[in-house]
Amino acid sequence: MGIGEIAFYAFSISTLIGGVFTVVSRNPVHSVLWLILSFISAAGLFVLLGAEFVAMLLIIVYVGAVAVLFLFVVMMLDVDFAELKAEMARYFPLGLLIGVIVLIQLMFAFGIWDYSDGYQQRISEVIGSGTNTAELGAIIYDEYILIFQLSGLILLVAMIGAIVLTLRHRDDIKRQDVFAQMMRDPEEAMELKDIKPGQGL
Amino acid sequence: MIGLEHYLIVAAALFVIGIFGLFLNRKNIIILLMSIELMLLSVNINFVAFSAFLNDYVGQIFTLFVLTVAAAEAAIGLAILVCFFRNKGSIGVEDVNVMKG
Repeated sequence: MGIGEIAFYAFSISTLIGGVFTVVSRNPVHSVLWLILSFISAAGLFVLLGAEFVAMLLIIVYVGAVAVLFLFVVMMLDVDFAELKAEMARYFPLGLLIGVIVLIQLMFAFGIWDYSDGYQQRISEVIGSGTNTAELGAIIYDEYILIFQLSGLILLVAMIGAIVLTLRHRDDIKRQDVFAQMMRDPEEAMELKDIKPGQGL
Repeated sequence: MIGLEHYLIVAAALFVIGIFGLFLNRKNIIILLMSIELMLLSVNINFVAFSAFLNDYVGQIFTLFVLTVAAAEAAIGLAILVCFFRNKGSIGVEDVNVMKG
């Protein structure tokens, strides 16, 4: 067994273990950490497949942004998770049944799946010669520029939506009002008194 | 030799784990969102595996777009969750009945 196969089995097993513990973990913070393990292992699988750019993007976007977002929300919300987990045992048989059924269906699909005739001639035409990132960039900015711009628009809409949903103005706290500070008039703000010595005010 | 089928089996198992999580954590929206992320990850593994074994970079490009949409979905979902928690004081699925849907 070569180093590539050992790496494949290690990464795939840790991906699946991370997935299982994400789902069954009692503490949501532990769930997020298992999810991070699963994503990093999947990034390792992508490196084995030769997709370095997508692998690094997976680590940056998922581990750096999405998982941290989940972690923030889990820690920020003061929820009694033990109560939410209490009914987990009730749904366990149903979930297991449906999972096994879907797994069997997928196995049937893979069982009859095969390459079509003459696929070897077709795949040898489209191979590029540059590095992974350069090839991806050439295709994205050439054929898929419209979808690329649209995905940027989706991210903009998501950002604005998240801000609009979570922003709130509280009236019971003091805030800095920059315009009021700038427009203060020294004549009205301060009063000069001429105090006689020995008398006081 | 590791073939395409090995990657497809890993992706199928991860997808089934995601579905299993949806049924197991029916009360907890945060873990539901994480299960959906796992299913999207398994779809990404399928895309990249086919892309690598068929020498076609379009699969990796669609992985990029799936990643974008998944990130946007997680951001919006968690924002709705925070908003809901402020109003109701709970994130239980059975409390989500404001619109009588």
